[in-house]
Amino acid sequence: MTWTALLALAVVVGMAPLIPGIAAKTKARLAGRRGAPVLQLYRDLARLWGKGVVYSRVTTWVFRMGPVVAVATAALAACLLPLDGRRALITFSGDFVAFASLLALGRFALVLAAWDTGSSFEGMGASREVTVASFAEPALFLAFVALVLATDSLSLGGALGGPLVQAWPAATPALAMVTASLFLVLLAEGARVPVDDPATHLELTMIHEVMVLDHSGPDLAMILLGHALKMTLFAALLIGAILPRASLAPLPAIGVLVAGLIVVAVAVGVVESVMARLRLTHVPQFLTAASALAALGVILLLVA
Amino acid sequence: MTQIVELLLLLVTLTNFVVLGTTRLSTCIRAVAVQGVLLGLLPLALYPGGSLHTWGLAAGTILVKGVVLPRFLRWAIREAAVRREVEPRLGYVASLLLGVAAVAAAFAISRQLPVLEQAREMLVPVALATVIIGLLVLTTRSKALVQVVGYIMLENGVYLFGLIHVERVPFLVEVGVLLDVFVAVFIMGIVVFHISREFDSLDTTRLTELTD
Repeated sequence: MTWTALLALAVVVGMAPLIPGIAAKTKARLAGRRGAPVLQLYRDLARLWGKGVVYSRVTTWVFRMGPVVAVATAALAACLLPLDGRRALITFSGDFVAFASLLALGRFALVLAAWDTGSSFEGMGASREVTVASFAEPALFLAFVALVLATDSLSLGGALGGPLVQAWPAATPALAMVTASLFLVLLAEGARVPVDDPATHLELTMIHEVMVLDHSGPDLAMILLGHALKMTLFAALLIGAILPRASLAPLPAIGVLVAGLIVVAVAVGVVESVMARLRLTHVPQFLTAASALAALGVILLLVA
Repeated sequence: MTQIVELLLLLVTLTNFVVLGTTRLSTCIRAVAVQGVLLGLLPLALYPGGSLHTWGLAAGTILVKGVVLPRFLRWAIREAAVRREVEPRLGYVASLLLGVAAVAAAFAISRQLPVLEQAREMLVPVALATVIIGLLVLTTRSKALVQVVGYIMLENGVYLFGLIHVERVPFLVEVGVLLDVFVAVFIMGIVVFHISREFDSLDTTRLTELTD
């Protein structure tokens, strides 16, 4: 039944702006503040969508293309994940490579757009973003390799679906390491605290945010939506790895996904509250640890 | 029971990586303390309903490796007033990658070894990996206190090897080894203390300089 996959996709895309909101709310509550409303990002998106756009005279079509590509690739990547727990809308052998490349393509477009402004701050942000990504990607791929080894299935639909349910009891330690690694990757890709700080507004310390400083109006809305969607996708990937839902009926499976997304968002908020942001020089170390965890998972699965 | 053993061995491996990846001296010591406690729990999980022998071994290990040695190292930090950073000679990222390589090599090698019943298949590779990573810490950290941590990890690896035949090794031998480690670390602690008093630093690279 593909309508459940479509429904799950609609739920995830609709929920995406909620995830950063929940994380921010958790952070505010733990710090004793009231915090912005959970639905703040929806309002921001609506407000930005109604505004006009300002383009700098030095920018070209590359600058205008960035946000569109970012949001389109995130949406396409969402179609590759088996969100209802059984099958994805698009599935083929080796589609996890496509998943990673689509997200990388979105980032590439944003980096080009940042360069196109000719601003030194944005160039700096882009360079940091790419540095972080180049350390996060090996961890993501190692996690995928571990999932593929555990399930003998070369597509995300299988690696996060039925075969994974059977793989968990036999390979619990390895898969636990993989999920831990995926959580660290989520923090990095979502530009959350130990790697980046979504709350900072000083150009010298921002990573992801500084890259999009020159965008305005609907362009900025698209970037925000694409970013929230990307973070939600990584959260969904994490939930798919922890709780394979192939044995549940479609609707409960989607319910579990929604509950899981909220839990992950709260967890991200808790991490942000208890940790300070790492110095930029320590970020590679943090992400290498994520890769090491996934690599250990792969080793354990190869031995077993 | 094998599930618990695997979990414990996995946690031992993770503490190894914590020591490799952390920038702080106190985290290093805490990690090696946790490792000591895990090593103490292992004989109980390996030989359930164990004899007085295994209980004694567990209690002795937890006491010496989990409590006494870390406390002593912490005392040494305080007394020698050393700085809190690890200051590696080899970067953290490189250390972590070498650690992963060590674990991979340990698993590859231990498959070739002609020992062992099935139930302990993870014990030998983790023991080998702990020895290699202990050696790595011992050789790539310039601060004497972290080298002591590396030595303890090295010894922990040897202890893990010993667990394969825990029923056949006389209790007295185990206790003797534990005592040896204790004395060795104690002496190292005193040496560390004197190095820091003599040279105002714990950097062992400076020991090669000749002075009057």
